[in-house]
Amino acid sequence: MKTTSLRLLAATALMLGVSAAAQAQDKATELHNRATAAMCANCHGTDGRTVEGSAIPSLVGMPKDYMVLQLKAFKDGTRPATVMHQITKGLTDAQINTISSYYAATKR
Amino acid sequence: MKRRSFVQASMALGSLGALSSMVGCASVGRVPEKARVVVVGGGYGGATAAKYVRMLSNYQIDVTLIEPNGEFVSCPISNLVIGGSKTMADITTPYDKLSGKHGVNIVRDYVANVDPAKKTVTLASGPTIRYDKLVMSPGIDLMFNTIEGLKEANASGQILQAWKAGPETLALRRQLESMDDGGVYAITIPEAPYRCPPGPYERASQVAHYFKQHKPKSKVLILDANQDVTSKGPLFKKFWADNYKGILEYMPQHKVMAVDAKTNTLKFDVQNDVKANVLNVLPAMRAGGIAVQSNLANVNARWCGVHYQTFESTQAKDIHVIGDSIMLAPLMPKSGHMANSHGKVTAAAIVAQLSDMPVNPAPFLSNTCYSFVNDKLVVHVASVHQYDDKDKTYKTVPGSGGVSSAPNELEGIYAWNWAQNIWADSLM
Repeated sequence: MKTTSLRLLAATALMLGVSAAAQAQDKATELHNRATAAMCANCHGTDGRTVEGSAIPSLVGMPKDYMVLQLKAFKDGTRPATVMHQITKGLTDAQINTISSYYAATKR
Repeated sequence: MKRRSFVQASMALGSLGALSSMVGCASVGRVPEKARVVVVGGGYGGATAAKYVRMLSNYQIDVTLIEPNGEFVSCPISNLVIGGSKTMADITTPYDKLSGKHGVNIVRDYVANVDPAKKTVTLASGPTIRYDKLVMSPGIDLMFNTIEGLKEANASGQILQAWKAGPETLALRRQLESMDDGGVYAITIPEAPYRCPPGPYERASQVAHYFKQHKPKSKVLILDANQDVTSKGPLFKKFWADNYKGILEYMPQHKVMAVDAKTNTLKFDVQNDVKANVLNVLPAMRAGGIAVQSNLANVNARWCGVHYQTFESTQAKDIHVIGDSIMLAPLMPKSGHMANSHGKVTAAAIVAQLSDMPVNPAPFLSNTCYSFVNDKLVVHVASVHQYDDKDKTYKTVPGSGGVSSAPNELEGIYAWNWAQNIWADSLM
């Protein structure tokens, strides 16, 4: 009885520890992803919201699949651009995915 | 006792400003009670760092920004004020959103002293502020003393730099306006690295455009200490040949040694003297004065070495240096866009460090820089810089980046929108 409860306690503590560590990792990843996406904000506005009347498009709420396709089209040259074909060639597919996920999840 | 009440007072101020933005925000990680970030300098780097520490910490970390100017005046686009197609109002942004919307506590002052051991900054007006993290973004210092006679000629208002946008921007415009047709405007460029590599060539283009429209007998001389145009060279030179022939003349390998204010003459190390009606002399540059004074400029006594993953100084712990003051990684320009990017990487690193979270192992930076060759046509240079953990530096990705194929009007529209969006991203 005593052993069982001790074991249970140890297991619970371990689980709590693991989930706390996982939670901390999630928060760190969330922070890093936000900062990665913020690299677009210089031109596309904070959180993807451009100023009124901007010809540079807002990214806020843009569907993820669409954005991934467009960024990859810039990258492989199938979508012509003034500057985005040069920028996207510097991004990894993982970064394109991170950026697209972030703006898709950002509320308009 | 005194310090405690001061901290409480400023924390109260900070949270008051952020109240509206904090609604609905969850906290990121564990934020220590006494976390406190001080930012020195409210330009592209410092303002962005201040705003993004607030945003990325979900408004949990209090930030004090120390900035002597009441408003932000942008260097990018300021050449268009000199050319006459934009006004000072167009390039000026107030700091009120940074405080009102983001809860950054803005102190209008200069920093007199930084004590890295005690982790304090002392303001010119006297008070001392303690920090957990200090962000230094003081921009550049113009080394007037490297050119004989320049300091006095600049102080009197006769020979302007207008490289720090502000009163001199307008003063230079006035000098050009009052110059008689048939006069000469000469701009001198120091050896790289200096702030904004294509900036002097853009300015010369703007003045040439103005002369072509309004003073067609006048001339623009570019006297460059470098071997050749340092940025977008083929694009600038082709446009000058096609559009400013007989107006603009480019002369490389002209290093200014002295100015004679009595006769408005430039003296070079090798070449013959040049006399002009309007002299615009850009001396060599180095990290902003407070960074040099704080012994952070540990590269050639001019630039501040940093650990590129976090922008923490290689000289002092918990001091991060960003923007034009730093010793740049290869192929990184000293630009406002780059400083804004530094500010974000640094803000994320500081939020992580103050919240006991790991720092991003693979940050990246981007740069886009537009130059107006007249009032409408623009050329750009762009680059992407990925952090390389093995070599502890940023490297451009092979095949990425590049320049415009030719000056074009579409990028003229994007360039102006870029300016509006980056001002908002840094300050609003």
